[in-house]
Amino acid sequence: MIEGRLRVPGSVKAGEPFEVRVLILHPMENGFRHEADGREIPMHIVTRVACTYGGREVFSVDLGTGISANPYLVFFVRAGQAGELKVEWVDDKGERGSARALVNVA
Amino acid sequence: MKRRHFVVSLLIPFGARAQGFSSPADPAKWIGEITGGSTPEKSGIEIEMPQIAENGNAVPLHIRVASPMTSGDHVKAIHVFAERNPRPRVATFHLGPDAGRADITTRVRLGGTQNVTVLAELSGGRWRVAAQNVLVTTGACLDEGSL
Amino acid sequence: MWLSALLAAVTVASGIEYQSDAVKAMQADSFGNPGLLWVDRGAELWKQKCTGCHGDVASMKGAAARYPRHSPQLGRVVDLEQRIQACMPGLAWESRDLLGLTALVARQSNGIPISVDVSGPAASTHERGRSLYFERQGQLNLACTNCHDANVGKTLLSEPISQGQPADWPAYRLEWQSLGSLQRRLRACYFGVRAEMPAFGSDDLVALELYLAVRAKGLKASVPGVRR
Repeated sequence: MIEGRLRVPGSVKAGEPFEVRVLILHPMENGFRHEADGREIPMHIVTRVACTYGGREVFSVDLGTGISANPYLVFFVRAGQAGELKVEWVDDKGERGSARALVNVA
Repeated sequence: MKRRHFVVSLLIPFGARAQGFSSPADPAKWIGEITGGSTPEKSGIEIEMPQIAENGNAVPLHIRVASPMTSGDHVKAIHVFAERNPRPRVATFHLGPDAGRADITTRVRLGGTQNVTVLAELSGGRWRVAAQNVLVTTGACLDEGSL
Repeated sequence: MWLSALLAAVTVASGIEYQSDAVKAMQADSFGNPGLLWVDRGAELWKQKCTGCHGDVASMKGAAARYPRHSPQLGRVVDLEQRIQACMPGLAWESRDLLGLTALVARQSNGIPISVDVSGPAASTHERGRSLYFERQGQLNLACTNCHDANVGKTLLSEPISQGQPADWPAYRLEWQSLGSLQRRLRACYFGVRAEMPAFGSDDLVALELYLAVRAKGLKASVPGVRR
């Protein structure tokens, strides 16, 4: 499982965009680095991050090797009512991870 | 995702596989491929990046596209391109009205000093583009992460 | 940068003062500091393995500020990593678990001035560390003091030279794209002057860490640090 952290505000106003922050533990190996003995370290990256709210996808990213190690993402979501925000990620080996938060809508 | 990587690797000359850095790939060509020939407007996008990045491994990138983000008028996608990276296509962000704001922040890898180009796809077949130059320095006591 | 050099002559200053605004912001980011991913792992491990004896991790407050220190049980001076390894065998240097626990424990001393004890059994280690700090090494024939005292704030290959302070470690180094220990950073310094790198956990590295902690007296840590 790929670990990571997620933060959303404590409570949000209905219909007003709120900030979602994600940080994922992953080396994002670009395939150009070498071990000390010269062996190439193969490419190994998170390829997709998707955010759903109340089960519906509201935001996603297709990542390449140009995204830094331990991917950091900040984006916005707008919600009309309280619900569960879930962020899921997957890498090129099919390993997955996710985090979820309940959003209180005032 | 594998298919996209396959297509990208066909576009990059083999010489670019050297550690990090190539002569610039042409943003106009990449933009044309994505827009299908439409010319993007050079306005409506704010790019915030440091002018000088001490280490190309993690350069903050903050993008804002002006948009009401309604169902009739919103940003559908934001594409990021680093012209001198060995794989210039950095990422594509997919948005929509539920995002509420076309405002994203991340950290990118830059192989060296170059222009970073941001292309925004809006509803109604509209396109916007902007670019920012970043000076990437390398410093002392580098061990290339292998120690 | 002249101001930094001037300040350096009179005060100890953390390495963060010599980083760019972007790196400073990354360290100050209470959510997005990449080192926090290792702290999260440490917190998970602490819950599973450490609460039995140590209770809540808050009980570690102030502990890291006194390291390296002489351990009566182990009969030698150890740094925080080694103390944790002694408590929980099987944690390799630079492993995710050891880094996570070290960063978690060190973080409990954030804001507390570094204050190590070099009396009695630690005195000889302190002397060894001091002599290493002033000894020219490697093909470049440089001692730590040549850069980190004499040339603080000046530019070396486009980077300002810091005081070489040990606070804020373990730190996320952009060069490594990972959190790493102070010993890893010191080894990179040896590499920088083209000297043979002491092994992880060697007496010389611990001695140098102890001397650096003495030299840093009063400096407040901010773990995890972020460095270029």
